[in-house]
Amino acid sequence: MSSKHPAIVFFHKLGSAPYFYRIAGAWIPWLWGIFAILAAVGLYWGLFVAPPDYLQGETARIMYIHVPAAWMSMLGYAFMAVLGVVVLVWRIRLAEILMISGAPVGAAFTLVALLTGAIWGRPTWGTYWVWDARLTSELVLLFLYLGAMGLYSAFDEPRKAARATALLVLVGVVNLPIIHYSVEWWNTLHQPPSIGVGGSSIHSSMLWPLLIMAFAAKFYYGANLLTRARVRLLEQDRRKNWISKALLPEKSDV
Amino acid sequence: MTPTRKKRLAMVVIILLVLGAAAVVTVWSLNQNLLYFQSPSQVAEQALPPGRDFRLGGLVKAGSVARAEEGLVVEFVVTDGQAEIPVAFDGILPDLFQEGQGVIAIGALDVQGTFQAHEVLAKHDENYMPPEVADALREAGHPMGGSEEN
Repeated sequence: MSSKHPAIVFFHKLGSAPYFYRIAGAWIPWLWGIFAILAAVGLYWGLFVAPPDYLQGETARIMYIHVPAAWMSMLGYAFMAVLGVVVLVWRIRLAEILMISGAPVGAAFTLVALLTGAIWGRPTWGTYWVWDARLTSELVLLFLYLGAMGLYSAFDEPRKAARATALLVLVGVVNLPIIHYSVEWWNTLHQPPSIGVGGSSIHSSMLWPLLIMAFAAKFYYGANLLTRARVRLLEQDRRKNWISKALLPEKSDV
Repeated sequence: MTPTRKKRLAMVVIILLVLGAAAVVTVWSLNQNLLYFQSPSQVAEQALPPGRDFRLGGLVKAGSVARAEEGLVVEFVVTDGQAEIPVAFDGILPDLFQEGQGVIAIGALDVQGTFQAHEVLAKHDENYMPPEVADALREAGHPMGGSEEN
């Protein structure tokens, strides 16, 4: 068995509630800090330095929010699905906590993607909303997130709730390739992807701030996720001994 | 991995495979209905009857836009390079409506074969670039979407 590999030892340790609580607490300020720097640079670059688009003009700047939010909405769901498999097969409690903590953040990114898309669509397409395959499948993603949150809170017992939610999350995973390929498989009002493995059809002066904002979204997701997971862990373990050990030394230091 | 976990993992894999197959079958059978618009050649193939509402999508043929002397009526030709359909529209066009750009018109064919649109949407492509780059490309003779006038 390779269970002595440092990475595996690290993951085993992460499964312990006090260790996770401590490590996540140490990471959260860094994640918020890096997010703040990336977002400040990316937004300034995107909104003030980058040129307007030759056709859309200033409206194109909405993409610096829209595209990172849309990417994060899908990546967040994929992350929940991977944790869903861990929840169903290995039944690790911290995977359950992380999975359900990711749902509100992912839902928020989905909502931001939908709203900024609508605001962009009005001047560009001439309409806020159409029922084409891309827009509809992204809306379904929002409902999947909300459904997962609703199902989880319908159970009294958090561990049963997590297993039921994991199953729902896995069912919804078929939507991810549909969202991604909708613009290639079918005629849609939404344009095909600008950025792919083959390169980008976004000029480099606009691409850099976009990529920086995409990284900012990842750090925001991480910081928000870990903060939520810690709170959820405290709530679930409020009667356990490790909490007083984890919380009291901080108090005695003051 | 313990036998119980192996069994659970197998269940998860089976569930995902069944769901994936179901999704493929559904998407496959819905394929035609999931098209948000029909291109002029798809319209020609189907010989759609006059009066039936559908969405027509394609490029606005260069030099085809004609505005009426009075009112908002505008006529243009939508093409996909193979087939063409004349379109008439009485209303306000979106800002991005230009010759050579993508467009989606919602309406129906009349008996003369003209598409009477009651709504026109501009379709944006995946290219983003500064105006100077677009100008340079156009001067170099690239087939750019945006035209000079408008």
